[in-house]
Amino acid sequence: MLSFIIRRTIYAIIAMWAVSVISFVIINLPAGDFVTTYIATQAATGNVILADEAENLRDVYGLNDPIYVQYVKWITRIVRGELGFSFEFNAPVRQVIEQNLANTLLLALGSVVFIWIVGIPIGIYSAVKQYSPGDYVATFLGFLGLGIPDFLIALVVAYLVFDHFGILLTGLYSAEYLTAPWSFGKALDLAQHLVLPVIILGTAGTASLIRIMRANLLDELKKPYVTTARAKGVTEWQLIMKYPVRYALNPVLSLTAYILPFLISGSVVLSYVLDLPTVGRDFLRALTAQDIYLSGAIILGTGWLTIIGTFFSDLLLAWVDPRIRLEGD
Amino acid sequence: MVAGSQVGHQSDTPGSNISDVDAEGEIEVMSQRQLIWRRFKRHRLAMVATVIVVLFYVVVVFADFLATNDPEDSEADRQYTPPQWLRLFDGIKPDLHVCRLVGTRDQFFRKVYERDCEQKVDIRVFGRGYEYSLFGLKLDRHLFGVDHPELTAEDTVFILGTDVQGRDMYSRLMRGTRLSLLIGLIGIFISLMMGTVLGAVSGFYGGFVDNVIQRGIEIIRSIPTVPLYLGLAAAFPADWSVERRFFAITIVVSLFAWTELARVVRGRYLAMRQEDFVTAAITAGASQRRIIFRHMLPSFYSHIIAASTLNLAFMVISETTLSFLGLGLLPPAISYGTLLFTAQNLQTVALAPWLLIPGLFVVVLVLSLNFMGDGIRDAADPYGS
Repeated sequence: MLSFIIRRTIYAIIAMWAVSVISFVIINLPAGDFVTTYIATQAATGNVILADEAENLRDVYGLNDPIYVQYVKWITRIVRGELGFSFEFNAPVRQVIEQNLANTLLLALGSVVFIWIVGIPIGIYSAVKQYSPGDYVATFLGFLGLGIPDFLIALVVAYLVFDHFGILLTGLYSAEYLTAPWSFGKALDLAQHLVLPVIILGTAGTASLIRIMRANLLDELKKPYVTTARAKGVTEWQLIMKYPVRYALNPVLSLTAYILPFLISGSVVLSYVLDLPTVGRDFLRALTAQDIYLSGAIILGTGWLTIIGTFFSDLLLAWVDPRIRLEGD
Repeated sequence: MVAGSQVGHQSDTPGSNISDVDAEGEIEVMSQRQLIWRRFKRHRLAMVATVIVVLFYVVVVFADFLATNDPEDSEADRQYTPPQWLRLFDGIKPDLHVCRLVGTRDQFFRKVYERDCEQKVDIRVFGRGYEYSLFGLKLDRHLFGVDHPELTAEDTVFILGTDVQGRDMYSRLMRGTRLSLLIGLIGIFISLMMGTVLGAVSGFYGGFVDNVIQRGIEIIRSIPTVPLYLGLAAAFPADWSVERRFFAITIVVSLFAWTELARVVRGRYLAMRQEDFVTAAITAGASQRRIIFRHMLPSFYSHIIAASTLNLAFMVISETTLSFLGLGLLPPAISYGTLLFTAQNLQTVALAPWLLIPGLFVVVLVLSLNFMGDGIRDAADPYGS
């Protein structure tokens, strides 16, 4: 187990390094450095930055250093928690991210809960009643959920709701609660607004959970111990719930640690369509405005989050399933 | 968590025998390809899906022939005209036509249209229309369209309506299908190259080389694609030409798609390295390149096709998403994504729901590719049920 943990830790560190390099490259890809961008935005508001002032700024931010020095400086600042300044939002990057972080996590966690409470029972049903009409319906819906991009579902649902009920399904709060202090009413309002985004964000995850659960359980149900237990007269319900389901749930547990970062990055497009105040929406705004510090920090953040999530899900899986930790030894 | 996840699709077809003994007692021998085809044919859903995918590729080649109007032809006066459905009969008499649209302004000065089926617009099959080139030939014949000497401005055929600039959605969809699928095809080609070469090398040599490549793949797979794609796409300057952007987006889309393919190829190679025919080839003194590409590769073409099909679906979705957000292809390029870009505003969609039709095309295409890929994979697996 120890060698497994060490190996995985090394991989995770290498992956985090790779992601940081990629993020840095993306930040530096657009033509001109951010001082040029800054001068342009200042010029738009009528402030003129002189050439030697610009040169001074470049010195302060180390933009005249060789690229690897810039990388080292950048990554050290990131690790220390200094994420830079967002020109688009005119605020420190950290503040911009923190502002909508709670909404983002709420949306992602809500989707995880949704995926669980919908995916697991349907997966069990599909496996136990294999080839029944219900199984076919679930399989087909699973295909739909995996095949249709989230933003299309969001667009169609939002259109239908708007067309039939005249309600604009955008944002997370109604106008009257937008700036109001927290109260029961505001929480209820938020919950109402969260329902559809959570379902839409959860479709792909639910679909894959159904397929995984079904496949795992089908494998398990064929095993001799199930036949033995059945021969001994255990009731079908007890039998299925007690052993095969418990075993089939193992990979599902680890899936959760792994799925959360994907939901966060998946919420980017959804937030754009439904105008949800999440980090994802700010990310898109940063991208279109070439606000590199903000977009870079978000790319790096989701990347690291995914790697850490995968790391823990691997450990979790190895902990519950000894076959995995022996693999490769 | 992306489309085309690799969980198997249960098939209930009974296993087919390798060789059947027919009435005369002769042994019937089938090649690998025939066997796969026979198993694939039993998958009815996959067969239907394949037909649909083929139809999509027919559109890729004959987009302009199928179009009825010039996709670039705009006319502010006919913005958001509703679809004019094709009607095959007039009463009981066969007569291909659409109903004329009569436009008036409502109290908000918006153009509203009414269908007047008393006035028919005749549709001519193989009529003349705008000029286009196909296989280097200059042509002006279209599958159908309006074509008679005295055309008036009201003689229009917009079978899927028009967009904000009065451009024909149907004709634009045909062009969009071409571009979106082309991105997928070129992307598949790039990721096939990377995937098969790296996968084959990894699987054939094993050991250290394998370890390095596999860790590399793991790292790439652990990076969340959505923010990365968006970041890369956003870094391209907005003033790039349409072609340059097209290739840049294609590369972005295929950059991370090859890993799954490499994994499949490697797995097959590892399994096959121990096979007798490989040992025989090594003993016979064949070069490693020859063994990999002549002896081993042909035995899992079908697996590669299956993985590519699923990959193609993923690439179409990626392009659509990027362009929908305004970070992928940009107008005047016509693709599913840029078409859906016009459907971003809910009020607009409520006014002109037909703007969502490109989304329907994406869904049908992606589902068909998924079913087809799953079907091929099941058929190609000799140990499948």
